[in-house]
Formats: sequence, structure tokens, C-alpha cells
Amino acid sequence: MLEIKDLYAGFDETEILKGISLSVKKGETHAIMGPNGSGKSTLAKILSGHPSYIVTSGEVLFEGENLLDLSTEERSLAGIFMGFQYPVEIPGVNNAEFLRMAYNARQVNEGKDEVDPLDFDDILQEKMDLLSMESKYKERSCNDGFSGGEKKKNEILQMAILRPLLSVLDETDSGLDIDALRVVADGVNRLKNKDNALILITHYQRLLDHIEPDFVHVLSKGTFVKSGGKDLAHDLEAQGYDWLTPTN
Amino acid sequence: MENKDDPISGVLDNEYKYGFVTDIESDTFAKGLNENVVRAISRKKNEPEFMLNFRLKAYKKWLTMKQPAWPNVQYPAIDFQNISYFSAPKPKKKLESLGEVDPEVLRTFEKLGIPLDEQKRLANVAVDAVFDSVSVATTHKKKLMEVGIIFCPISEAVQDYPELVEEYLGTVVPVGDNFYAALNSAVFTDGSFVYIPPDTISPMELSTYFRINTEETGQFERTLIICAENSYVSYLEGCTAPQFDTNQLHAAVVELVTQDNAEIKYSTVQNWYAGDPETGKGGIYNFVTKRGKCQGEKSKISWTQVETGSAITWKYPSCILQGDGSVGEFYSVALTNGHMQADTGTKMLHIGKDTRSSIISKGISADHSSNSYRGLVRVGKGASNARNYTQCDSMLVGDKCSAHTFPYIETGNNTLQVEHEASTSKISEEQLFYFEQRGISRENAITAIINGFCKDVFKQLPMEFAVEAQKLLTLKLENSVG
Repeated sequence: MLEIKDLYAGFDETEILKGISLSVKKGETHAIMGPNGSGKSTLAKILSGHPSYIVTSGEVLFEGENLLDLSTEERSLAGIFMGFQYPVEIPGVNNAEFLRMAYNARQVNEGKDEVDPLDFDDILQEKMDLLSMESKYKERSCNDGFSGGEKKKNEILQMAILRPLLSVLDETDSGLDIDALRVVADGVNRLKNKDNALILITHYQRLLDHIEPDFVHVLSKGTFVKSGGKDLAHDLEAQGYDWLTPTN
Repeated sequence: MENKDDPISGVLDNEYKYGFVTDIESDTFAKGLNENVVRAISRKKNEPEFMLNFRLKAYKKWLTMKQPAWPNVQYPAIDFQNISYFSAPKPKKKLESLGEVDPEVLRTFEKLGIPLDEQKRLANVAVDAVFDSVSVATTHKKKLMEVGIIFCPISEAVQDYPELVEEYLGTVVPVGDNFYAALNSAVFTDGSFVYIPPDTISPMELSTYFRINTEETGQFERTLIICAENSYVSYLEGCTAPQFDTNQLHAAVVELVTQDNAEIKYSTVQNWYAGDPETGKGGIYNFVTKRGKCQGEKSKISWTQVETGSAITWKYPSCILQGDGSVGEFYSVALTNGHMQADTGTKMLHIGKDTRSSIISKGISADHSSNSYRGLVRVGKGASNARNYTQCDSMLVGDKCSAHTFPYIETGNNTLQVEHEASTSKISEEQLFYFEQRGISRENAITAIINGFCKDVFKQLPMEFAVEAQKLLTLKLENSVG
């Protein structure tokens, strides 16, 4: 589904990713772990096409197509979803309306009819129940004044509504208490199936207790320093990142 | 004052560049203003004595006044002797098809979703008889006459209802009120007149759109609306389609009067040419005086404006709350982009007891523009238990624009209750990225954010007007973000 080949990329003049390669197939869950500043979030921004991040060399294929040629909007419509580490507040834009805009953008892209607010409310309510979100979050402005936990739930709500092929969840566990983490993780697990894929970006292993990865990759100073199965996450939890940090 | 580079004279000398060129140049006064010109205007229009005296009084006041220097706008000095103050209504050149209209204008029409026949009317292309605006106007006029409503050009009202005009003209905006109002009072040639008799709810929204005489009213437009006791009218001025004009200086005066329990709702969408987006050259200067007097008890005047055009806007629709328990409202969206400058706001003058006013102002600035809100709430000695609510929000798009707020409160008694809220926000690249990551186009994202920001004002507008206003703002901003 996703093929990253020897990718070099960065922000402004600073090169952050220094030659990474990764292959993600349908049905797989990959965890990318690493200390702060290792380039984890940069990878998420690059995949979603953030305009401030620049690819200097390398290749990214998504479903066989050159992802780097697509705009942010096109990537989204092609099936890439990013769960933001810091979801952006949109004052004045009703959350339900925001979600409906996103849903309808997909409908139109797939040649289907747009859904009116009443029908959409049924779709929305079902997904909100799944995440134990109170219905007041429909009427409030998108993310505006939401607690950290509600913002993260709102990200997963969007994922549930948009049913992407590939979800890149950037530090979705940060800011969540243990109950909220369980709800969010349950939601993600329920959305997971053999046709989609998941990349979890996380600093801590605790998210991986709830969402079991097939592969764990450790990113440090812009390169993958180790890859392995889910046990690798436990080793990291016990020993920290230092033993993996490249010395050169 | 002789200045070769004076952009006003430059534009005044130019032909109309958007195709509405007038062929007939006869019956236009030579440039310049003096007492004889004022007398000649009055004579040309065959006005009764009181009108001539009104004009002369205004002219004499004007001679003693100076152009205001306090607004937060910059422009070269205007040479008032280099303007022609009278030209008989000239027929606009009819175009054969939309193919003759400037493609840029057509693109804007399309973006705004204006129907084809409406486009033709606006661009002055000959239209089918069915859509002829005159026949529409006649139908409306008949309907209004049945309930006793007078809606006509003010020049007609001076002839047909001189006693009404004499009683009210200049009672809300006195001839010497300010420099531009004085000039307007001396030389105005036309505008609208509305009279709603007692106990009458206007059966339709009155609009300058289908005013009976739709000829150009020129740069000094004069409007007078009187709403007698227990009556209601909603009046719409302007339209969202881009308006071009050979006259660079516009100094209109609008006066509203409400008697006991009457209500006037006055809505404006202004989209005059703002000048070259790079240099600001050639745009309209809009120096307008709009004021309403709540003369009767429990009467109400509500101003709603969406200001998106003009190179310079200088405008403060105001309410004199004279009747006890009267209410004044001001809802405003002012958008500036390119090199536009806007200094706009309102004045709420509380005179009667238990008077209330609310002010909701939304300023959006983009590109290199400057957007100022200036509001005054003045409470007189006798205005016990007056209340005011002011909310003043600014949105910045990009980092080269500016927003300013100048709120003034003057109170003559200690029973006033005032609430003031203000905020400044930005459309950020991060917000747009968030929308786009969800598959929502940049254009739809801007629309959603702007609508959210302006919804308290838009909901005051009549439905179709609100929809057009939303599209208009998006259109204006789509090249400014990011």
C-alpha cells in the first residue's frame, strides 16, 4: 500500500529525515517510536503533504502512485488520514458541519451524492456512540476549547467517518488519561480491517498495549535504527532509547 | 490645489473602462463649484424654494469646513473644483451580448452564481421583455401603492410630496454635519425616497435594485426613509456584483426616521471597485454619512452592512436613540484586501430613557490593507438605564495587513450598563492544512472559516443576500490566504 524509498526531507533548510525506507501492506499495523526530535512527526507531515515540509530526495508510492505529486487534498481523497498530534482549533465552524464537509468531499470524489445534515446526523451519532462522545460536541466549534482528550477523540471520530485506507496517528495517546486511552484504542481497533493499514507514531509503549502492532520501527536522528516485532516496544520501555542511538 | 498627479482628476478625465461608456456628453456642467452652480442644479431640477434654500445653506456651511483628517486612512487631497456637479441622466450604452462584457466581470458573476438574465441586467446587456427590470418595477410599485407606501426617486418626491421632504430632509443629518454631508446637501441630484404610512408592514423588501428609476444617481446620492408609527420596512441597498463607476468620489447621505413603535432595517452590500490590487489606483472613495433617528418611543433602527469594496471607506451608520425605550443596532462585516483602507463603525447616541444599543463588528483584513473600527457610545444626562453591548472582532489574513479598533464611550449619567468584547484572530496556514488533510478544498475551507466568523452578521441579512455575501467574501479572499 505504502512504499517509502530512501526519503530525505526537512523543514526550511534543516534536513530532518535522512534516508528512510518503509513498506506498509494492507492489514498491517506499524508503530514508529523514537525520542523527541527524531523526525517522527516530520514523517507524518511529509506523508500528508504539509506545505512547510520539503522532500529533497527519495520516493513515496501510495497504492502504486507517486504520492509526492499529489496535493494535501488529493492525498486525503486518495485515502490517507492523519491524526494530528495537536488538532487545530477552528472557531466558528460547527464540528458536525466540518465533519459533513469532509464526508461530502469524499462522496463527491467517489461520484456519489452529498449527504444532507439530517442523514449525516445518523452516521455521525453512530460513530460518536462508538467513542462515547457527548452529543454537545456536534454543535460546538471544531476542536475549539475542547480538552486534550476530547480533541484526540475528535480525531478518531473523523477517522471513523472518513474510513481511510492508511491512517497515520501522530502521538494520539498524548494528553489522554487511561480511560480515554482505552476508548480511543478500542475505536481504532474496531476500524482496523484487512484492507486498511495503520501507522502509529508514539513516544511511549503504553498505546501499544492497547493497539497491537505487527512491526515496530525505532527512529533516531532521522534514520531507522532498529525494526522488529511488537516485543521491541517492551525492550524500549525497559531500556530507553539510548542504547539504539547512533554514535556517529 | 493644482496637481498633475491627482488621481481623482485622472480618473474623472478617463472614459469608463468597463464598457458602460456614455456616448452623449451634452448637458453636463463645467467643472467647479460655486453658488451659481448650486442655484443651477436646483433650477435644472425645477425645485421649490425650500430646496434651493436648503442647498444654499449647505453650500455656505461647506465653504467654512475642512476635509476631516482624523480617519485612519491616507489619500491625496481632492480638488473639489475639478469635479463636474451636474450631468443629466445619460442612457447607458446597451451591449448586444455578454460577449462584449469584460471577461473578468463575467468570471466574477459566475463565481457569485448570479443568474444569466441578472448578469445581463447588471452589465447593461439588452434583456428579454420578460426580464425587463422596468416591468418588474412596475409590478412592485403597484403592490406598494395599494398599501400606501411611497417608494420613488427623491427628485420625484421633491415634486410630488414636497411637504414630506421639507419636514424631514436634513433633520437627521443637518446640512453642516460634516464636510461631505454638507457637500452632498448642496449638490445632490438624486437618490431614494421611502414613506411607510402608519400601521403598515411593507409587503416586500424594498431594494435599490428595482428602484423605479434605475438611472445612475451619481456620486452624491441622497436617501430619506420615513417609517410612521407601528410600521415596518426592510430596505436593501447595493448588490454583491462588482460595481464600477466613473466617479471616484462618492459622498452619499442616508437619513432614516422612525416614529413610535416603528422599525427600519437597512441592509447594505457594498462592492465598489477597489482599485488596482497592486497599487490601489483608480478605486472608489466612499465617504458616506448614514444616520437614523429613533424619534418615537420603542422604535428601532437596525443597520446591517457588508462592506467589501472601495479603495477607501469612511462610514459610520449611526442611531440617535431619542424616543424612550428605543433600540439601535449595528451589524457590520468589513473586508479589506489589496491596498484598501476602511475606517468604519457606528455611533449610538442615547438620549431617551431605557434605550438600548448593540454593536457587532467583524473586520477582516488581508494583503496590504488597513481596517479600522471606530465606535462611539454616548449617553446623555437624561438617558437613564441605557444599555450597550459591543462586540468587535478582527480577523487577519496574512501578515502585511492591519486591524485597529477605536472604541469611545462618553456617559453623562451613572446608570449606563456597557459590555464590551473584542478579539483578534487569524486564518492560519495550519487551519487550512487541517481542512485540506480532511479532503476539503482550500476555497471551501476559507468559506467555512469566514462564515463562522461572520455568522452573527449574516443571519441579519435577508436569505439570498446572505448567500451572495458569503460567496462574495470567499471570492475576495481566495487569493489572499497562504
